[in-house]
Amino acid sequence: MFEQLLQAILQGALLGGYYAIIAAGLSLMFGVVRFINLAHGDLSILGALITLSLVQILGLPVLAAIAVMLPLMAVIGWLMHMFLFERAMKGGFLLPILVTIGLGAALQNGMFGIWGSDTRSLGASIGSLAWSSWYLPGGIILGKLPVLIFGTAVIVIGALHLMLKRTGLGRAIRATASDPEAAELCGVDARQVHRAAAAIAVGLAAIAGVFLAMRAQITPYSGPAQLIFAFEAVVIGGIGSLGGTLIGGIILGLSQTLGGLISAQMSLLSGHLVFLGVLIWRICREEKLAHGGWRAGLKAVLGLSSKRRKLASGDLS
Amino acid sequence: MTDYSIRPIPQFDRAIIAGAGMAFVVFGLLPMFGSALVVDKLTMLFIYIILAVTWNLLAGYAGLVSVGHQAFVGLGAYMMLRMVEAGVPPFIAIVAGGAVIALIAWPMAAFVLRLRAGEFAIAMWVLAETIRSLVMLDPYIQGETGRSLVVLNAYDPDMRRNTIYLMALVLAGAVIVISYRLLHGRLGGETQAIRDDEEAAGSVGVSTFRVKRIIFVLSAVGCALAGTLWLASAITFQPRTAFGIQWSVFMLFMVLVGGLGSILGPILGAVLFMTLQVIFGDFGVWYLAGLGIVAMLFALHVPRGIVGLLSEKMGREPITMQKLLNPKRT
Repeated sequence: MFEQLLQAILQGALLGGYYAIIAAGLSLMFGVVRFINLAHGDLSILGALITLSLVQILGLPVLAAIAVMLPLMAVIGWLMHMFLFERAMKGGFLLPILVTIGLGAALQNGMFGIWGSDTRSLGASIGSLAWSSWYLPGGIILGKLPVLIFGTAVIVIGALHLMLKRTGLGRAIRATASDPEAAELCGVDARQVHRAAAAIAVGLAAIAGVFLAMRAQITPYSGPAQLIFAFEAVVIGGIGSLGGTLIGGIILGLSQTLGGLISAQMSLLSGHLVFLGVLIWRICREEKLAHGGWRAGLKAVLGLSSKRRKLASGDLS
Repeated sequence: MTDYSIRPIPQFDRAIIAGAGMAFVVFGLLPMFGSALVVDKLTMLFIYIILAVTWNLLAGYAGLVSVGHQAFVGLGAYMMLRMVEAGVPPFIAIVAGGAVIALIAWPMAAFVLRLRAGEFAIAMWVLAETIRSLVMLDPYIQGETGRSLVVLNAYDPDMRRNTIYLMALVLAGAVIVISYRLLHGRLGGETQAIRDDEEAAGSVGVSTFRVKRIIFVLSAVGCALAGTLWLASAITFQPRTAFGIQWSVFMLFMVLVGGLGSILGPILGAVLFMTLQVIFGDFGVWYLAGLGIVAMLFALHVPRGIVGLLSEKMGREPITMQKLLNPKRT
């Protein structure tokens, strides 16, 4: 029993690496561009399917296929931002949601039209990596692929962090994120920065998609589920923080594998419940700050308090 | 002295309303001579109208874009299934199953309406997925397999089809009339004020949360009614279909193409959507991909949809819910 628990905890934490990669792109877009891309998961599947075709039809080695696919996906991200998202963002906060969900529907069904409904996997193309494991003392089995994915997640997020802190582009991104107009006055082209962020985000989504295809089966309709996981990881970890994204991913992975110990159906459900719990806790905390005290805040949320909420928490300062 | 009275309904709008009333009567008589196929298609059209009108109430008038309202479609269908299992006559369960969803949506609103715009959209989606997983835990649903509403097979097929058709017609009519009356009244003004500027609306004394909550619950009940009607005509309940994201894509398409934030838009959108489905439905996924692209293009280039184009031609919106003051000065 104890071994099983330890095994689940290890697996959950490693699974979190995958969620962190796909969530990092979403978080970057949300933090820098203030844009939620509801087609993020579908773009991730698109990257995976392109890689699959390069490997299985053209016979490229997996790494070479990824090397071809990544720049392609980054360009797609850049162009999408240029032609769709920028226009959508001008129309207020409703339009991006509407445009990207339309884009998602178009992508899913378009991919179905091109690649068909079969479940596909890269598992067969990566040789022994797909199934070989390390055996640790105490009967713990550590799959090599999950460790590779987790390692990549740490490297990717570390690299992204360094890029944001140290490079010119990173400075431009941070400046644009905090105040696009002031950044423009200092000579930063905010539009180019936003496009670059979109390219990076789509690239990250594609990497995650390739990993998903390596460890599991994918279909053209797998995207929405990945978007939901990514969003959950972002919210659990705290919006706009890269380190938080990794932690959020790990918490989500842990709750899924631990829920999976109870029953297969509980796996996804417990992930959702943890996410909703975090969301409710956050709302209650905001109310607590606005009303002075947990009890008053909770009453306000549940509508028991006769006092109307007069000030948004931001107006208090 | 300026006249602050509100402008009366223009002649053209009266003609549209009269036309709609006549269409209602014609549709009501249709089962007597229409074929079974026509009746089935029209039932589906009325379900789409209910979905589009209620989602528009939420997104177009209150500015709350949800991509999780399939939660209520599925829940309505599930409630109906459960009620029928408990012995409620199926035709009563169609209405009752939809109405009880208000009891679920009301407490739910306390949390989701406190989220920011984009978060609200996806949190609703996660909620829909969560509710689907919970429903699938119910042994009666048998997981992915689902259940059928076998009780309905006991009725004569023609009688069943026509009853569901008439119920769908009446409910669609009721949803349109109720949302029209509602938007014409004080709540409509408050709702649109919140959509346009929530802080400003709050500062002039609109209790923004209460208004948003009412609209949210109404939209949930509308979607649930669409869900029960859909289950009654489709018979089979499968969690993946009932709680599928496709409902949101359909609603989005109908409302965006018809005209977001207008009373006529979603109805036109639903009619257009049904027509497209009849003509191009055989193209399968490419048809669905096309819907996504058209919705996207409309959102970007014609954000006010067909009704927006019409208003530009006419110089004003047909059957507007905006409060227009009388132009005459005395």
